[in-house]
Amino acid sequence: MKKLLSLFFVFFKIGLFTFGGGYAMLALIEDICVEKRKWITHEEMMDITVIAESTPGPIAINLATYVGYKLRKLPGALIATLGMIIPSFCIIFLISQFLDRFLEIKWVSSAFQGIKIAVAILIIDAAVKMIRKMKKNPFRITIMIAALISMLVINMLALHVSSLVIMFAGAAAGLIFYAIHGRCRKEPAVK
Amino acid sequence: MIYLELFVAFLEVGLFSFGGGYVSIPLIREIVLSYGWMDDGMITYMIAVSESTPGPLMVNMATYVGSSQGGILGALVATLAVVLPAFLIIILVTSILRRFISNRYFQAALSGMRPCIIGIIMAMGIFLMVQNCFGSILSGTDGIDIMAVIMAIILGAVYWGSRAVKKNGISPILLIIISAGAGVLLYGFK
Repeated sequence: MKKLLSLFFVFFKIGLFTFGGGYAMLALIEDICVEKRKWITHEEMMDITVIAESTPGPIAINLATYVGYKLRKLPGALIATLGMIIPSFCIIFLISQFLDRFLEIKWVSSAFQGIKIAVAILIIDAAVKMIRKMKKNPFRITIMIAALISMLVINMLALHVSSLVIMFAGAAAGLIFYAIHGRCRKEPAVK
Repeated sequence: MIYLELFVAFLEVGLFSFGGGYVSIPLIREIVLSYGWMDDGMITYMIAVSESTPGPLMVNMATYVGSSQGGILGALVATLAVVLPAFLIIILVTSILRRFISNRYFQAALSGMRPCIIGIIMAMGIFLMVQNCFGSILSGTDGIDIMAVIMAIILGAVYWGSRAVKKNGISPILLIIISAGAGVLLYGFK
């Protein structure tokens, strides 16, 4: 019961400070669930992010569900996901019903100008941490740089190409590399 | 029946938006337009509100559209629908994955996907930073936003610099709070 409560409050807090897409939230998950509470390992977080990217739906929900499920099965998954959703649900509901000119409130748009920058910093920071903890070899570094460049091009030119294509290419590259080298070291994955 | 329509529409969003919030924007725009729930201007406003309030972007957009069409019940239905596929997929994957994960081919594929996701996340971070500081090349709003560049330098120095002073530095949550305060200071309260 105590674990369920702390699951709820941790994800409530994360939900309250997540802005934009789910990537910025990775920094919060890493900080709270991996480093401070040690609920999941960095490798688990990586693998769930890979799964989240290759399956539909909000990445934040994928991660909340996973952490909750790991700690307390179905009730945990439900509580963590609910905790994640409730803050934004209440805020958006109130704004959409009662605040017609929300974006015209000066301090709101000013604060958001700052938050936008923080979100970009948090995403870059999450990626830097992942690079640091990656077991590096030429194969992995090549794939990472190729994915980075393709995704940048897709974004900069506003092409309608899903990141899923890049993920599939990565999977294919992994399989081809395995076929050629005939070996694949086991790495700690989802436990 | 608006609730059923909302449920089906956002289940579709939850099922077909791969890669998270920003990617789902075009899909949501298309679906909301096809049901005639909002016009283009309202959608743009709705997206802007969803981006500047806390919570996962996709969930915020679902709550907003649901609430505007069907009040509190509409908001509940739309939010539930957008979340449901991701929730079920993870439950399914984690209960099956244990057996699956030791499979050699799955491991091989995963070993190619892990560096991929790192590249994608880094690209997203760089893209957002460039867009904030220099505008978007395509939309013609380019030109350096000096204020944003100053803010980026200050916030980056505070966030990464704090790690030199304290072991873990300041937390991401504290950075968000500081950035909001800095925004109000730099861009004005009223």
